[in-house]
Amino acid sequence: MGPAMDDTRPIFLQIAERIEDDIIEGTLEEEAQAPSTTQIAAFYHINPATAAKGVNLLVDEGILYKKRGIGMFVATGARQIALTKRKEQFYEQYIVSLIREANRLGITTEQLSDMIKKGAVQQ
Amino acid sequence: MTYAVEVIGLTKTYSDVTAVDNVSFKLEADKIYGLLGSNGAGKTTIMHMLTAQQFETSGTLRVFGEHPYENNHVLPQVCFIKESQKYPDNYNVRDVLAIAAELYPNWDQSFAMSLVEAFQLPLKRNMKKLSRGMLSSVGILIGLASRAPLTIFDEPYLGLDAEKRQLFYDRLLEDYAEHPRTILLSTHLIDEVGTMLEHVLLIHRGRLLLDEETDSLRGRAFSVSGPAAVVDRFTAGRTIIDRQQLGGLVTASILNDAGAASGQSEAESLGLTVAPVSLQQLTVYYTRLHNRDASSNKGAEQ
Repeated sequence: MGPAMDDTRPIFLQIAERIEDDIIEGTLEEEAQAPSTTQIAAFYHINPATAAKGVNLLVDEGILYKKRGIGMFVATGARQIALTKRKEQFYEQYIVSLIREANRLGITTEQLSDMIKKGAVQQ
Repeated sequence: MTYAVEVIGLTKTYSDVTAVDNVSFKLEADKIYGLLGSNGAGKTTIMHMLTAQQFETSGTLRVFGEHPYENNHVLPQVCFIKESQKYPDNYNVRDVLAIAAELYPNWDQSFAMSLVEAFQLPLKRNMKKLSRGMLSSVGILIGLASRAPLTIFDEPYLGLDAEKRQLFYDRLLEDYAEHPRTILLSTHLIDEVGTMLEHVLLIHRGRLLLDEETDSLRGRAFSVSGPAAVVDRFTAGRTIIDRQQLGGLVTASILNDAGAASGQSEAESLGLTVAPVSLQQLTVYYTRLHNRDASSNKGAEQ
């Protein structure tokens, strides 16, 4: 789960991302029951309809599925779907802004590549 | 679609002042609405008309399909909690709760008692001896325990500390999840309550400026900062809702009309600093924008 919501982006998207994070990190395993809309709403102090919209987004993407009368469950293969989606976003979110800032500071592509290698070793 | 409230062209004028000016909106059943706007915007007047405490000058007003005035079908279904609520002399907290229990058909006494404990209300204390915060707590308690199909809170937290306000929000969301109903909450504290609201209505100078899903407003605008020439080139042809200048540096906030991310990455590629705009800030900008429009119209007339 995690910290409070950011008021500058649609909350339902943030809810979907938090659940995806839990699936990617393995906190929420495939075929495990996902938190209910009511639990999510209470935990983040958000409107239950907004929480439901976030959950339904993941249903549409095949990450969660509904067992009638029981609740929402993580689909088999959900982790792979979430990972693929995040890797696509990674380029836009991180690489583009990294290169832009590097250009601004006069860091060459070669220096940037060395820094990434150095960082990877230290991590 | 069932509507809890429908108003069309609602207008309220006092001798020479138009407090509410041709306002139309619908409140869908079982949603939480925020009624936002600065002081004197007309929020309270609208709530007074919805609860038949004031008459509309013109327009159509329906609460659960009927006009609320002296209407026994409608009024027991409506609970209105206002900041300035007066109580009879010599009534203590217990007396007030007993009246509320008779007034509202859905009243839940055990829920009410759990709120008495949570808000630490002294049942035997005379209403006149309560602190401002305790008076607000009594209102909030009645609003929640009434479980009225239409519950209206007009800035209900005056004098309440942050912890008690949080208690109000938590209990409201918990109880709403169990017992959905239409809630209209008028507030200034958008940063605090924004995540609870499914839909917002923004009123300014008696007019309705915004009637939208809260989530669709988040990320609606963003700001760009940088050298004036670059900012102005980027903002040309876009809807600017705010512009501040410091020497040669300009910060402008613009509406994200076309697709969420496209405008922002274009600004970044021009070397501009991009920052998000919060819901609170967005409502301030909309209000200011409207002020500007109003004064420029006035200029044109003269």
